[in-house]
Amino acid sequence: MPSTSLLYLPELGQLALIAAFVVACFQVLIPLAGVHLRQPWLMGYARSLAVGQTVFLLASLGFLTSCFLLDDFSVAYVAANSNTLLPVPYKVSAVWGAHEGSLLLWITMLGGWGAAVALFSRSLPLDMVARVLSVMGMVSVGFILFTLETSNPFARVLPSAPLEGADLNPLLQDFGLIVHPPTLYMGYVGLSVAFAFAIAALMSGRLDAAWARWSRPWTTAAWVFLTIGIALGSWWAYYELGWGGWWFWDPVENASLMPWLVATALVHSLAVTEKRGLFKSWTVLLAIFAFSLSLLGTFLVRSGVLTSVHAFASDPDRGVFILALLGVCVGGSLLLFAIKAPVVASFGRYRSLSRETALLLNNLLLVVMALAILTGTLYPLVYDFMGLGKLSVGEAWFNSMFVPLSVALALLMGVGIGVRWKSDTVTRLWRSLWVAAVLALIFAVLSVAVLTDALEVSVLIGLGVAFWLMLATLIDVISKTGGKFARVTALGAGYAGMIVAHIGVAVTIVGVTMVSNFSLETSVRMSPGQVETLGAYQFEFVKSGTIEGPNYLSQAARFNLYHEGRKPGQLTAEKRRYHARGSIMTEAAIDGGLFRDVYVSMGEPLENGAWGIRLQIKPYMRWVWLGAILMAVGGGLAMLDKRYRRVRKHQESVA
Amino acid sequence: MNRGLLFLPFAVFVAITVVFWVGLGIEDKSSLPSPLIGQPFPEFELGVVEDGRILTTTDLEGKPALVNVWATWCPTCKAEHAFLNALSDEDIRIIGINYKDDLDKARQWLADYGNPYAYNLSDPDGSLGIELGVYGAPETFLIDSTGVIRAKHIGDLNPVVWETLGETFRGLK
Repeated sequence: MPSTSLLYLPELGQLALIAAFVVACFQVLIPLAGVHLRQPWLMGYARSLAVGQTVFLLASLGFLTSCFLLDDFSVAYVAANSNTLLPVPYKVSAVWGAHEGSLLLWITMLGGWGAAVALFSRSLPLDMVARVLSVMGMVSVGFILFTLETSNPFARVLPSAPLEGADLNPLLQDFGLIVHPPTLYMGYVGLSVAFAFAIAALMSGRLDAAWARWSRPWTTAAWVFLTIGIALGSWWAYYELGWGGWWFWDPVENASLMPWLVATALVHSLAVTEKRGLFKSWTVLLAIFAFSLSLLGTFLVRSGVLTSVHAFASDPDRGVFILALLGVCVGGSLLLFAIKAPVVASFGRYRSLSRETALLLNNLLLVVMALAILTGTLYPLVYDFMGLGKLSVGEAWFNSMFVPLSVALALLMGVGIGVRWKSDTVTRLWRSLWVAAVLALIFAVLSVAVLTDALEVSVLIGLGVAFWLMLATLIDVISKTGGKFARVTALGAGYAGMIVAHIGVAVTIVGVTMVSNFSLETSVRMSPGQVETLGAYQFEFVKSGTIEGPNYLSQAARFNLYHEGRKPGQLTAEKRRYHARGSIMTEAAIDGGLFRDVYVSMGEPLENGAWGIRLQIKPYMRWVWLGAILMAVGGGLAMLDKRYRRVRKHQESVA
Repeated sequence: MNRGLLFLPFAVFVAITVVFWVGLGIEDKSSLPSPLIGQPFPEFELGVVEDGRILTTTDLEGKPALVNVWATWCPTCKAEHAFLNALSDEDIRIIGINYKDDLDKARQWLADYGNPYAYNLSDPDGSLGIELGVYGAPETFLIDSTGVIRAKHIGDLNPVVWETLGETFRGLK
């Protein structure tokens, strides 16, 4: 129990949260009043209110964290998610280990994005800043109210507080879970900035290239966080769930992939709006969709509308509240869109073969992918709604939708990167791209010949499109730099970012193709001393024993891994039993490498010291995530483009 | 472009919202159908916690019963224990499955908190639990006198749950 002077920390946290709510209400009203009354001094409050709200939210989050660190089990949320034996880093990550705390983190990040806009928006006209921050304030008000009303993390269990906490869900006691949710949330919440810019533009009626230029770096930043967050989630599932799977088409994974796809479309559509002044209504609609899908992501996890392994918080009351929030936020913005979006055709013409068309097709494909996933995720719900019973849509369905669309998208990307704005000709395109097409085909056929005896069509297509994308990108770099790669910097950070991100997509495609088609897997019964062979690897079960962890006891199995006469590698797989909840977790032993992962996980103990053991070899597994890292790096590079800073300097010199 | 067309996203959204709204009304986690309902109880041959004799599936037959999956490591099981004692006082036959647990701890638990069970099957490695699709203790199955599973409840038994579940139980033959 904390000492008496620290007894009131939870109440201080709650007060800070209430203060943040009040400040957020002012943040909605005062700047907007300023815009309507044309009073710059009122609009000017937007920045300080946004920063103030964030300070209170950070304080609130800090108080909750200190309750965890002090083992204050009189706080129900702490009692449910921590334990005196829990290692300190996990006490911190337990703050967002369940619903209430993760919601507090979510709104704190929302405030943080708002503060970032307030601090880094000197190039924006004041009325635009006022509108954007007012819209972000509206979102804050809704979600802080939701937290206070239905999910208060500071609620106490008094008078008889438990002496010991129930411990953090062991699935979440892991490095991946320290970093995955905050990163993903940063992405989800970051899309609120793109959304706020879109709504502000609709309100002001000023949908122009300048708006797109302001919105672009923010959208890209959110997209980078989403990309990393999704990759981290996949990596975590891979090593922590013990099955060696890295994507399950689980509703919660889908909930993160949908906004990512739409945000990807948005990033590209904003490029067209900025450079050519086209697709304005479409871009606004995408911004609304992207943020709506983020909210839907939050909603799907929290409401219990869909059950899934991830849904650690489900409560229909919360569902109703979130649904109301979603209704007001999404419905309101779509209504605003319907009333205010420009109906006059955008200026600027383009031919049917042009960069504009390619980007439009890219947008359509990405949106169709997102809709396909949305359909697959909601279908069970609709099915239930129609009274037809319960079902779940399986992996096969998602793959059959997603794979062909991805192939089409990758093919289009190769063309899109080289095609010119406004108008282009087939002859010119063919002249620059035939080498890529022919080489990609040759490389793919050669790879298939080397890798397999049979004609594996899926491998041929997967590697073919990846080679095509890489080669077409390379050719574009060569033609734009005249063969001198050092000149790529002169083309701007935006161009370099695009190249890196597109290569990242190709790398991910290679990874997915290889790991889906050439993984080896076997489940065997092994006793100490026994050797099993899988592919070119021999696994020797050396011994089994127990390992005492801080808050768990694990049964471990030690393996020697032999490969082509090299020095043996050691692998230790564990099955942990966590004391507080008695739950059992599998810790797979993974020997990771650029070209293959060796994955060993323990099943059930059998008689005479034998164990059921699952051995897997997963070629090119790391490429799936490496590609995502490249995409994120590309996004980061694009944000650094001088263009965004030049505007600021220009404005400052004017001022 | 026609402004009417711009209302399309709004209309689609309203339709989706309606589905969600009704979805929230229907959704009830405990009503996830168990494929076991209407099926005979899975085959087993397990020791009894109290005295170590070996029982099989046929021993379940004869009279409707609650089959309650519990463990000493499960706090919710402790919470529901008093209610099980009360049910047992009403002459309701309860059979326990001591799930992934330590035999000595289980005996101590029954000595400490009372034993509402006709007998407890010891399932230390959770093999029967897997057959039953148990994903968390406590879970309770209702079986009829021929040993066929008729209903399943996930989570603790309490007076509120028993209002409906007890109705089902009294209807069993």
